[in-house]
Amino acid sequence: MIAELGLTALWLAAALSVLQLVAGALALRDEGGELAKLVRPAAILQGLLAGFAFLMLLYLFAVTDLSVKLVETNSHSAKPMVFKLAGAWGNHEGSMLLWITVMALAGGLIALAERRLPEKTMLATLAAQAFVGLGFYAFLLLSSNPFERLPMPALEGRGLNPLLQDIGLAFHPPTLYFGYVGLSVAFSFAVGALVTRQVNPVFARAMRPWVLGAWIFLTLGITAGSYWAYYELGWGGWWFWDPVENASLMPWLAATALLHSVGVLAARDALRTWTIMLGVVAFSMSMLGTFLVRSGILTSVHAFAVDPERGTFILFLLVLYIGGALLLFGLRAATVAEGERFRVTSREGALVINNVMLSAILGIVLLGTLYPLLTEAFDVRVSVGPPYFNPVGAIFTIPMLLVMCVGPLLRWRGDSLGRIKNSLAIVAAIMLAVLALVVVLGSYGILPVLGLSIAIGLAIASFLPLRGRNLLRVPIATWGMVVAHFGLAVALFGMASETAFSEEKLAAVPVGESAQVGPWTVTLENVEPVAGPNWTAIQGRFAARYDGGDAVILTPQARNFWAPPQETTESTLATRWNGQLYAVIGNQAPDGRWQLRLWWKPFVTFIWYGGILVALGGLLALIGRLKSDLKRRYVKSRLADRAAEVAA
Amino acid sequence: MNGQAYTTSRHSRESGNPVWRIARSLWIPAFAGMTMLAIMILVPEPLSAQQSLPPAPLAYEQLEDPAQEQAAQELMETLRCLKCQSQSIADSDAPMAGDMRHQVRSRIAAGEDPEAIRAWLVERYGDYVSYAPSVSETTWPLFAVPLLLMLVAGALIWRRLRKSA
Repeated sequence: MIAELGLTALWLAAALSVLQLVAGALALRDEGGELAKLVRPAAILQGLLAGFAFLMLLYLFAVTDLSVKLVETNSHSAKPMVFKLAGAWGNHEGSMLLWITVMALAGGLIALAERRLPEKTMLATLAAQAFVGLGFYAFLLLSSNPFERLPMPALEGRGLNPLLQDIGLAFHPPTLYFGYVGLSVAFSFAVGALVTRQVNPVFARAMRPWVLGAWIFLTLGITAGSYWAYYELGWGGWWFWDPVENASLMPWLAATALLHSVGVLAARDALRTWTIMLGVVAFSMSMLGTFLVRSGILTSVHAFAVDPERGTFILFLLVLYIGGALLLFGLRAATVAEGERFRVTSREGALVINNVMLSAILGIVLLGTLYPLLTEAFDVRVSVGPPYFNPVGAIFTIPMLLVMCVGPLLRWRGDSLGRIKNSLAIVAAIMLAVLALVVVLGSYGILPVLGLSIAIGLAIASFLPLRGRNLLRVPIATWGMVVAHFGLAVALFGMASETAFSEEKLAAVPVGESAQVGPWTVTLENVEPVAGPNWTAIQGRFAARYDGGDAVILTPQARNFWAPPQETTESTLATRWNGQLYAVIGNQAPDGRWQLRLWWKPFVTFIWYGGILVALGGLLALIGRLKSDLKRRYVKSRLADRAAEVAA
Repeated sequence: MNGQAYTTSRHSRESGNPVWRIARSLWIPAFAGMTMLAIMILVPEPLSAQQSLPPAPLAYEQLEDPAQEQAAQELMETLRCLKCQSQSIADSDAPMAGDMRHQVRSRIAAGEDPEAIRAWLVERYGDYVSYAPSVSETTWPLFAVPLLLMLVAGALIWRRLRKSA
C-alpha cells in the first residue's frame, strides 16, 4: 500500500511537471493569462509530492518491507536503523529518487520565494526546471522504479554487506547530489534568462545563493571523499585522479568559475554571456558526473555495452539538455546586450583570468578522464594519471593562484598596480623567501616547492583585503572570501607539504622491536587476534613516540571478513598539529617478524582543514548575501509603503 | 557514490577469493597433494601456484639506499595496478602489485634507469600499465589539446581585456 502511494505520488509529480512545462512555455507568449497563474502552484505541489514519495521510500526501508524489490536487494532486518534509512539512497533507484526529490523541492522553493525576477524570466526558469525534471521522472518511472514489488515477499533482505555500513558512505553521496541539484537550479535560471534576454544583476543575485549552496556541498563532498579514501585504502594516498573523483571535481571547478563570474555580474553588470555559459557548463558537468558513475562505463566501456539501458538513458538526457541549452545559447548569446566595460587592472580583469584558467583546468581534467574511455572503445587501452594531471594542470593552476593573490586587492572597474605595489612587494618577497628556503633545505620536486611558496604567499595575501579596514564593519560576504581563499592556501600547503616531506618506512619487525619513521619511533608491543560480529583480525599494538615523548598507543588491524569474504586493512592515525603518523600492520613473514607500514606525513591534515575552511568561507558568503538580500527587500517594501502613504 | 568505486577496489584484492581462502586453511595437506598432482600432470596451474607463494621479498621491503628507494617509489606511483581499479602499484595490496614492486625495486637496485623499467613493463603489459602517457599515435591529443587550450586561454584573456580597456 505504502509503495503504491509513493509510486502514485511520483506519477502525479511527473504529471505536474508536464503541466508546469506546458503552462510555463505557453504563458511566455501570453504573460498576463490564466496559464501563468498555474506555474508556481504546480512547482510547489510537485515538490511536495516528490518529497512525499521519498518519505514513503524511507518508511519502506525503516520497516524493512520485504515485498518491495529494492528493500529486499539492499536492506536487512538486522541492520541498525541509520543504515536502513541510508540504504534508501545507497543504490541506483533510490539515489535517482533522492536526486529528483531534491530538485523538485528546490523548484518548489524558488516558485515560493523568488519574487525579484521579472515574471517572464521566472516562468521560463520554472519551465526549464520542469523540463529537466521530466527527464529524470521518465528515467525513474520507466527504467528504475524504486517501488517495484516482488511477486512473492522475501523472507529476509540481501543487503547486509558490512563494508557498506559506513557513516561516511551513507552521507557522502547525498552531499554531492545536493551540489549537483543546486547547479541544476542555476542552469534553469540561466536558460530562463536566455529565453527572456534578461541577463542582469537582479538575475545574478537570484542565481547566486544556489550556486553558492551547490558549491559548499560539492566542496564538503570532495573533502570528505578524499579523507575517506586516505584512511580507508591503507596506503596513505589522498587523491588518485580516479575518474570517480574527477567526476566530482569537474562540477566543482565549473561551479567555482561560475561563482566568481556571477559575482561580477551582480556587482558590476559585466560578464553576462560568460555567466550564462558557465551556468550551462556547470550543470553539464554534474550530468556527466552522474552519467560516468551511474552507467558503469568506468569499470569498462564493454561492461557498459553489455547493459546499456540506464547509461543510454542518462546519455540521452545529457545530450538533450546540454545540446538544447548550447543551441539556445548559440542563438541568443549574440543578442544579450553587452555588459559594462572594465580595465585590465581591475577586479573584473582578475576574475576574467580566474574564469579562463578554471575553464582550462576543467578542460584538462575532462580530457584526461574521458580520453581513456574513448580509446578503449577502439580497443586501445591507455592510462592517464598523476604524471599527466599534475604538471599539465599546474600550467594553468599556478598563474591562477598568482592572480588570486592580487585580484581581491584591486578595485572594481579600473585600478593601477601602483596603488597596491606595497602589498604586492610583501607577498612576492615572502614567496621568494620560502622558495629559497625550501630549495636550500633539500631536493624536492618542482611542483611541491612552488606549491609551498605560493601557499604561504597566498595565505598572507588572502588577509590583505582586510588591511586598513574596521574589521567589525567588513561585510560578512567579504569575510567569506577571505576565509575561502585562506582555506585554499591551507589546503595547498598541506598537499605540497605531504608531497615534499612525507617519509615512508616499510619494516619487518619482531614483537618488542621498534622502527623509525621521521621523528617517530614505533614499537611493536604485541600482536593478538581479535574478532568482530562478522570478521576476525590480527591487531597490532604499537607504541608510537614522537621525538622520544610520551607513547601514543595505536591498534591497526588486518581484518578478514567472511560474508562476503574479503581482507581489509584498518589503518590507524596519530594526529599532531604538524602532521599525522599513519600506521598499518601487514602479514607475518615466515621468520615471525611482522610487516609494518609507517608514514610520517607532515601537515597532511591541512588538506582537509583547508577544504573545510573553503566550505566555511562559502557559508559565510551565503549568509552575507542572503542577509543583504533580505535587507534590500525590506527597504524596498518600506519605500513602497511610504509611496503608498504619500499617494494617499 | 565515490564510495562505490573505492569499495570495488577493495573487492578486487585477490586474497578475498574463497577458493584461495579454503586452500590456505588446508595448506599443508593440500600442498603435498598438489605437488604430487603437479608432478603427475606436469602442468601446474600457474596462477594459483604463484598465489600460494609468500610475497616477493621486495614487495614490502625498501631498498637500503634512500636515493634508489626514492627513485623506485617515484616510478611505482606512476604504474597502474592491473588488478585494481584506479590504484597505482604503490597503493595496493594485490599480489600482482607486490610482484611488480619487487620487479621495480630489484631492477632499480641493479642500476637500471627508471624509464627503461617503465619501457620494459609497457612492452610486457601494454601502454595501460603506465599512468604517464607518452606522445604517440594514439595519445597525441592529450598533449595537443592543452597547447590549444593555452592558446585559446591567452587569446580570450587578451581579447577580452583589450576590448574592454
